[in-house]
Amino acid sequence: MADDAVFRIAGLGKAFGPNEVLKGVSLELRAGEVTVLMGANGAGKSTLVKVVSGVHRADGGSMILDGRPFGPASPAEAMRAGVVTVHQNIDDGVVGALDVATNLVLDQLNGAGRGIFFNPRGVRSRAKEIAGRMGLALDLSAEVAELPLADRQMVAIARAMAHEPRVLILDEPTSSLSSNEAERLFALVDHLRSRGVAILYISHRMSDIRRLADRIVSLRDGRIAGLFEDRPLDYEGAVNAMLGRKLGARNIDSRVPTRPVFAAEDLRILPGARPFSFGLGTGEVVAVVGLVGVGKTRLAETIFGIHAPVGGSMRLGGSAYAPASPAEAVREGVFLVAKDRAKTGIVPDFKIYENMSLPFLPRHSQFGVMRRRTERAAARRQIADLKVVCRSERDDPATLSGGNQQKVAVARWLSQPSRLLMLDEPFQGVDISARHDIAAKLRESAADRATLLFLTELDEALETVDRMLVMSEHTIVGEYLNREGDIERLLADVAGGGRGAA
Amino acid sequence: MEGRDVPMDSKLTEDRVVEMPEIAAERPSLHLRTILIRYGFLALLAGLVVFFSLATRGFASPQAAVFILQSVSITGILALGVTATLVVGGFDLSIGSIATSSMMAAAYVMVVLEQNALVAVLVCLAIGALVGLINGLIICYMRVPDLLATLGMMFLLIGLQRIPTEGRSIAAGMTMPDGSTAEGVFSPAFLALGRHRFDFFIPNLVPASVVVLVVLAVLIWFFLEYTRFGRMMYAVGSNARAAEFAGAPVNAYKIWAYVISGVFASIGGILLAARLGRGDIASGNNLLLDAVAAALIGFAVLGAAKPNALGTAVGALFVGVVLQGLTMMNVPYYTQDFVKGAVLVVALVFTFALLGRNGR
Repeated sequence: MADDAVFRIAGLGKAFGPNEVLKGVSLELRAGEVTVLMGANGAGKSTLVKVVSGVHRADGGSMILDGRPFGPASPAEAMRAGVVTVHQNIDDGVVGALDVATNLVLDQLNGAGRGIFFNPRGVRSRAKEIAGRMGLALDLSAEVAELPLADRQMVAIARAMAHEPRVLILDEPTSSLSSNEAERLFALVDHLRSRGVAILYISHRMSDIRRLADRIVSLRDGRIAGLFEDRPLDYEGAVNAMLGRKLGARNIDSRVPTRPVFAAEDLRILPGARPFSFGLGTGEVVAVVGLVGVGKTRLAETIFGIHAPVGGSMRLGGSAYAPASPAEAVREGVFLVAKDRAKTGIVPDFKIYENMSLPFLPRHSQFGVMRRRTERAAARRQIADLKVVCRSERDDPATLSGGNQQKVAVARWLSQPSRLLMLDEPFQGVDISARHDIAAKLRESAADRATLLFLTELDEALETVDRMLVMSEHTIVGEYLNREGDIERLLADVAGGGRGAA
Repeated sequence: MEGRDVPMDSKLTEDRVVEMPEIAAERPSLHLRTILIRYGFLALLAGLVVFFSLATRGFASPQAAVFILQSVSITGILALGVTATLVVGGFDLSIGSIATSSMMAAAYVMVVLEQNALVAVLVCLAIGALVGLINGLIICYMRVPDLLATLGMMFLLIGLQRIPTEGRSIAAGMTMPDGSTAEGVFSPAFLALGRHRFDFFIPNLVPASVVVLVVLAVLIWFFLEYTRFGRMMYAVGSNARAAEFAGAPVNAYKIWAYVISGVFASIGGILLAARLGRGDIASGNNLLLDAVAAALIGFAVLGAAKPNALGTAVGALFVGVVLQGLTMMNVPYYTQDFVKGAVLVVALVFTFALLGRNGR
């Protein structure tokens, strides 16, 4: 039975103008199996998903679902045929202003022959049935906008599953979940697998892949670069196939700070949170690690002058530091590469060089008048330095892949010397090779400043930093040097073991 | 804007540039669509000018050109102001009423308070700046959405400008509410703002209002495109949070945009008062819509798809050319609003449909 492919793609091709994104992709999905699709950013994963889910039409090749040709002209058609996609952006999958029950049956409110009137009782009972089938333990009358991200995603998936699809596509579903939340998602995926759904699971995260994969398919440059289905799965081989090169083990030669730069003393970032202290010095790269929602971003934004601390004090270079605004922080030489570059980093109407110079306009202008030549020259240096793949510094950042957009966001703050450079989740939605480029650049340029990263993924921290501060419940609960490599103890702290500061 | 069509610097070699292999392939392939988006609107304007020149007698004369500029000068000035608020992602619906309030204030200061032209101008500018400041404060600190705040301000000003004279228009020798007669007059210096014509090759050709329009257009264009303040205003309008995280005082930029808008509108009001020679309660009804239309038409110019000063000026000119040309072809005056509306709809479709699909 495992040999029966429910869904078969053969020779699929798709080009946007001269840009050939899919160059003949062939893939099989089997009932009751999780097929993981790995690929660096720009490999064509998103395009493949969009073709299969009916957003784009393929230029060539064939798709066969249950022995019948499948060529959806719209997402609705794909859904009716039995191929359901849950997209990466969770809020695209739910309507925030409606309650859980209505969200669960939303698709059934459309279409011919549904009747004109909205029957709340019918909706409620139908929703209860779906929730029960999916093992969804949520208050059905709760408003979706008020649910945590993970619950919203559960709702989106449960709704998708109400169609009893043959094929479920999950596009980077854990990218904004904490590990506890992810575990709930995995349980749901297990449940669906046991019901015989063929699942295509797209992810960058090795922990997801190890947990779920029955087979791994590596996509590179619009082609299938490797198929791994023999047990035990060859994870390393899959990564190598995806990247097309072998990644050596990354050895951090741990550096010690040469000179103290920044200190937090009895800092409290939220009312009711315990105070904590830490110090940072020049030359070292430090990560604050912790789950989603433990206050990492709050801490970053407090140091950057967006929030005022509730208590305690900060010192920078020996003098008191209490920025009232990001502008003041920037003047003091404290920079933040903020989380979620689309919302807080990139200005969409601006070209690359305009995005890079944004915080430093006074330095690129004379009597208020911009000097484009120096501005663009500086941007070109950064582009070369960080290996941003683009045509020129005048490109629109939206034309870049996620990894390259992130490089632009990082390059902006590397373009001027800083005393403390903070990066909040700099590797989110960034492919592995761009991640390595950014991490290498950070370490290479770290000598004259303190560098502080805020990371959820331990792997990312382990391959980038010298020292780790563990955050839990809006306070710092532990400290580890990377060379200790005592992951077990560290994990206990991350999970909220709550030992005193180490 | 900023030289995006300038060929790559020959000095490029001074810095290493990472792979740009496509650049050579990309340059010559200026597709018809790209050309259409970029120059379509200007070509249409040029085509209309040629058409009207051939179809009517006298359209292609300096006098007609100046007349067109004069007819759009006040609208154009208001439109340039509202462009500043559009750049920061806002909107200012109060510009029309700021202009008429400023007109009434100028008349009141001179006719009733018997002050000179300079005082009248300063009072008007102060009113514009103050109303802009209040708009900005309400929008930024009271969190009232821009459209609603400025709509409210519009009503408030329309009512306020009638209170001092109990609803009467203001003219020299008018009867005051208490039965006395106003002693003051419009000063000749003030009236010159609306009526003086400068020599420009031909004696007495260019009216002062056109000079003001051109000067303000160049000023705001330079400010928005070439100064760091203008750059930051575009950043605020495009992604306010990103601008904040880049250290910009976002609210200050927004408030300044409304102050600019208010001051420009009050300048428009000064010119209106100077042209009419009285404070006319009934004039200036169309100012808001005409100005907003010009600024929105400006989105289509050079394929900018965003508010820009050059586009706004061209947009105002476009409306002026169309109306003047049609008038000279004896198209009745009551079709004017229809024509303006049609131009606006075409320009918006052009901007959003063509440019929207041009993207990724």
